[in-house]
Amino acid sequence: MNNVFVYCEIEEGQVADVSLELLTKGRKLADDLKCELEAIVIGADLKGVEKQIMPYGVDTVWIASDKRLYPYTTLPHTSIIVKLFGEEKPQIALMGATSIGRDLGPRVSSALHSGLTADCTSLIIGDHEDKKNNKVYKDLLYQIRPAFGGNIVATIVNPDCRPQMATVREGVMKKEILSDAYKGKVKQLDVEKYVNAEDFVVKVIERHMEASKVNIKNAGIIIAGGYGVGSKDNFDKLYELADVIGAEVGASRAAVDAGYASHERQIGQTGVTVRPKLYIACGISGQIQHTAGMEESSMVIAINTDKNAPINNFADYIITGDIADVIPKMIKQYKENTK
Amino acid sequence: MKGLKIVVLAKQVPDTRNVGKDAMKADGTVNRAVLPAIFNPEDLNALEQALRLKDKYPGTEITLLTMGPGRAAEIIREGLYRGADNGILLSDRAFAGSDTLATSYALSCTLKKMGKIDIIIAGRQAIDGDTAQVGPQVAEKLGFPQITYAEEVVSAEKGKIVIKRRLERGVETVEGTLPMVVTVNASAPECRPRNAKYVMKYKHARAVSEMQNADEDYILLHNNRPYLNIGEWSVNDIETKAEELGLTGSPTKVKAIENVVFQAKEAKVLEPTDADMGELMKELIANHTIG
Repeated sequence: MNNVFVYCEIEEGQVADVSLELLTKGRKLADDLKCELEAIVIGADLKGVEKQIMPYGVDTVWIASDKRLYPYTTLPHTSIIVKLFGEEKPQIALMGATSIGRDLGPRVSSALHSGLTADCTSLIIGDHEDKKNNKVYKDLLYQIRPAFGGNIVATIVNPDCRPQMATVREGVMKKEILSDAYKGKVKQLDVEKYVNAEDFVVKVIERHMEASKVNIKNAGIIIAGGYGVGSKDNFDKLYELADVIGAEVGASRAAVDAGYASHERQIGQTGVTVRPKLYIACGISGQIQHTAGMEESSMVIAINTDKNAPINNFADYIITGDIADVIPKMIKQYKENTK
Repeated sequence: MKGLKIVVLAKQVPDTRNVGKDAMKADGTVNRAVLPAIFNPEDLNALEQALRLKDKYPGTEITLLTMGPGRAAEIIREGLYRGADNGILLSDRAFAGSDTLATSYALSCTLKKMGKIDIIIAGRQAIDGDTAQVGPQVAEKLGFPQITYAEEVVSAEKGKIVIKRRLERGVETVEGTLPMVVTVNASAPECRPRNAKYVMKYKHARAVSEMQNADEDYILLHNNRPYLNIGEWSVNDIETKAEELGLTGSPTKVKAIENVVFQAKEAKVLEPTDADMGELMKELIANHTIG
């Protein structure tokens, strides 16, 4: 009772990375609260799935396995969780901020009248003083998230309602196995007791999972390369940095014309206009045709060998140097500072 | 064939996408004056899906429902200019301080009062909060099923709805029953522009709270043309439990707000060294730009 629960997403029989990251965080929270960590997996053909989960320090794995439960649809997963949470009364429940977690989480929170905070970037345990009612709450979950387009960071608490629910995006928390030998309990749920026939009114009739399409227009961080990047090999370094810091890669027209990147990544008058919170311009001189598509970026870092490049007029940070030298250093320093 | 009854949930939001360097005041608070209030972008994608259903199924009626202060009537007019049939502004001090759950409660009480509805369509999320919670929370409170992340409503006939969804790693086509709550992604087609004919018809559409200083001629105009009166509902027009409204009805509380103020006013010049790159990364992580 009153433990930390993590909803584990399943894709192709594998527990999603985001869920394993949450289990890692959940273990830490459970240790801080001196309670247990429990996981719930809902899907089809889940035999042995606990082997993927327990090494993260999970004390109980709840399994609801039924062929109707995969692929995910909202209502049966909601019913199972709402009923199980009603019985087990977790104090904290975490889900991935994915198209599943962000579909399921609010539905569950609405049914249980519990508070849910989306897209948290940090979760820690702390006390809260309600000055107005002169009441002190011990060991609440601080749900920390950016809001207002990333211009503010808010700390949210749920003083009275349980569970305290939060979603977190993939890659925000670290994934770390506690011990391959960690032993927890497995509890199979009798699915029939948890779902109703009406829960299956929505049916998936077709499904194509594919590599996601390029989406630089809505990216929060863009690393854009210009002709000055110099080679396709150097351009690959931009992708490496993008992977590490969670960015999309864009390009100037000159870079697209040189064959370094495809047209769908082109930013500027003949490409797309972007307004990310961070724009890293690499080897881009800063012709008006390019800057017209990025000048509303909140923050600009310009990396260029020419210290008088016009792009520097738009920059908040100017780094005069070679892409092949600067980008690997940025990757290395990012990793060292996020350990 | 009888048309559909569709309600589009829309929100007026500050335009957080166009935040420039002047968006924060010197004292570190958000400078709302420089952020224009706009029709939440994904709600426009939602409206377009509703309008396409209206094109396809004659007799369909689209009502725009928004909760907010009096000035939010502006987005109802925007909806009317594009082809919505009418709108309701839900406005009351009792809703102040609502988190997503209390908002969903107020909206669901309003929707219950609106009679039979086939489809409720909303944007996936609003750009001021980015939570994507209100759609599913409303669905749960109404006992309706939901289909989120919709990119296209393929059809809605004979009590069934077929929808194409766009997920992180793929697409899905799902079929469900009506009534249904649908939330629409930004990847769905953009909303059609204003229609000049509707702009002429509805440019004087006003909610009650916008009519307070109106002169007699203007009141007469509205009396003669009832379609110019935008419905405005207060807490008294719907059945609610006071303890579920506003701040009291909100399980989540804001404990602290930290403004992410960009410090460097002038460009900082960095050397391509490990030391400088380390400092840069620390700064970007500290102000939550990355990480």
